[in-house]
Amino acid sequence: MSEPAARTDPPFAPLAINVPLVRKILVRFIQNEVRKVGFERVVLGLSGGVDSSLAARLAAEALGPAAVKAFLLPYRGSDPRSRADAMAVVEQLGISCQEIDISPQIDSYFARFPEADQRRRGNKMARERMTILYDQSWAWRALVLGTSNKTELLLGYGTIYGDMASAINPLGDLYKTQVWELAEGLGVPTQIVQKAPTADLWAGQSDETELGFQYRVVDRLLYYLIDRRYRVAELEAEGFDRRFVEQVVRTVRDNQYKRRLPVIAKLSSRTIDREFRYPRDWGH
Amino acid sequence: MTGGGRLRVGLAQMDVSLGDRERNLARHREWVDRATQAGLELLVFPELSLTGYFLKDLVPDMAITLEAAELRELEALSRDCDLVVGAVLEESDRRYFNASLYLSGGELVHVHRKVYLPTYGMFDEHRYLAAGDRIRSFPTRYGRAGILICEDIWHLSTAYVLSLEGVDLIICPSASPGRGVTTDERLGTAESYGLVCRTYGQFLTTFFLYCNRVGYEDGANFWGGSMVIGPNGDVLAQAEDADEALATATLDLGEIRRERLANPLLRDERLEVTITELRRVWHERTRRPY
Repeated sequence: MSEPAARTDPPFAPLAINVPLVRKILVRFIQNEVRKVGFERVVLGLSGGVDSSLAARLAAEALGPAAVKAFLLPYRGSDPRSRADAMAVVEQLGISCQEIDISPQIDSYFARFPEADQRRRGNKMARERMTILYDQSWAWRALVLGTSNKTELLLGYGTIYGDMASAINPLGDLYKTQVWELAEGLGVPTQIVQKAPTADLWAGQSDETELGFQYRVVDRLLYYLIDRRYRVAELEAEGFDRRFVEQVVRTVRDNQYKRRLPVIAKLSSRTIDREFRYPRDWGH
Repeated sequence: MTGGGRLRVGLAQMDVSLGDRERNLARHREWVDRATQAGLELLVFPELSLTGYFLKDLVPDMAITLEAAELRELEALSRDCDLVVGAVLEESDRRYFNASLYLSGGELVHVHRKVYLPTYGMFDEHRYLAAGDRIRSFPTRYGRAGILICEDIWHLSTAYVLSLEGVDLIICPSASPGRGVTTDERLGTAESYGLVCRTYGQFLTTFFLYCNRVGYEDGANFWGGSMVIGPNGDVLAQAEDADEALATATLDLGEIRRERLANPLLRDERLEVTITELRRVWHERTRRPY
C-alpha cells in the first residue's frame, strides 16, 4: 500500500450518507442510551485517529463537553503525532482529558515474556487501555463509549475485550469510509480525517498495509456482501477478484467469535441468550 | 354512516419505556389530557404503547387481560375522546397477542390482534406472540373504522378487506424502527411508509391515520413521521421525524363521499372476480403433487 488512501475517492454512492440525519440519530442515540440507564457521562480512549475523534465529537454534542472525558493512553512507542492530534480534538471540543502512559505496566509484564511478538504486545496494550477506561468509568460514574466501526467489527480488526469492549457504540454500523464522510462533515480536524489509519501499536503501523487492502475497496465489497447479500459469482460480476472475495469472506467468518458472547455449554432448559432473552434496555 | 361532519383527530407520536407499563400508563394520561384540551375526538397511540416494542421474554410479564385494572382506567380516559391504545393481550388460553384496543365513551369497542407478525431481519415477533386471525371493521360515532398494526399494512389484503367492509378510516398504530441511511434527508423506512400510506388513502378512498412512535430501544431508533392521509392521498398532517409530537388534523368526513363520486374505485371493485381468482390460485396451489 504505497498510496495514502484515507479518503473515498471516487465516492461509492451506496455508502454515501446524509450527514445531518446520521448526526441527529447518533447524537440522540448517545443521549438516550446513556441517560435512560441512569448515567450522564461517558469516558473514551482518544487515540488521535478518526474513529475516536468522531465518537468524542458526537458525545460532546450529545451530553455536553463537561460530560465527556477523553483518556490519552500512549505507550512509549506511540507516534507523537497521535498525541498532538488527540489534543487538537480535546481543545476543539472543550472536553476534559487525562493522559496515562501505559508503558510501565506493559513493560513490567512483558519483562517476564521478552519473546512476545508485536501482535501479542499490541493486544495486551488494547486490553490495558480497556481496564483503565472501565476503572475510570467507575470512578467518574460514566459509561465507556465504544469507537469500533463496522469494517473493523466485520473483519475482526480489533482486540476482543480490548478496544472492542464498550457499553455503547455509536459507530458500529458505519463503515470506515462512512466514518470519514461523517467526520469530515462534522468538522473533525482535517489532518485526522486525512491521515492514513493506524492502530498505532508499533511505529509506522498502517491498518491498510496490515490488512492487505484499502478500506475504500473492502468497504465496497462488504456493502455488497453483508448489506446486499450478493453471492460470490455476483461479486465477481461486479468486478471483485475472486481470491479477494474469498479472503474477506473467510476473515469475516473466522472473526465471528469476537462479535459474540462466550459460548455457554447448554445444560438447563433456560440458558442465557438462548431461551433467556431480554432486551438490554429492560425497564428503560 | 358517512354523511359528513368533522372529526378532530390526533396522533400521539410518543416515546415509550421498554417494559415499564406503569410509567407508560401515566404517559397515556398526560397525552389524553393534552388531547382533551386540544378538543380532539380521537387520539391514536402507537403500537404496544403500554409496553414498548422489543419485549422478547418480557411479553408475558407485560401482558394484560381484558379484565385488567389498566383497561378500566383506559376506558375511563376514553369518556370524552376515543382512544386507540397498544397492549400485549393475554387470552384465557394463555396466548399473547400484539393488540390495539379501540375505546370510546368509557367502553372497549374493538380489539385488533396483529395478523402479520414480522419475524425476519431485526424482528422476532412470532417467537413470542400469537398471530391474530381477524380483519374486522367496527362502527364508531363518526363512521366505520378498522385497525391494522404496523406490519399488517405491508400485506395488501388487510387494507383491501377493510375497504370492502366500507371503512371511512383505517388506523395504523406502528413501532417502526428506522433504517436505511442514504444521502436522502429521511430514512428509507420513512420514505417507504409515506408511499404505502398515501397509496392506501388514494387507492381505497379512505382516511388513513399512521401513528409511529419515537425513542430508542437497544440502539434501534423509532423514526416517528406520523401522518394523516386524506381519501385522495393528500397528506393532511405530518409530524416531524424523531421528535415527540401531537399531530392533529380535522377530517372533513364529507370528503369521502365527494372522493368516491369523483373516483368510484370502491363502487367498481369486483369482489366476485377477486374471490373467484383467489379460489383458483388456492386450488392450484393445494393440488400441486409435491
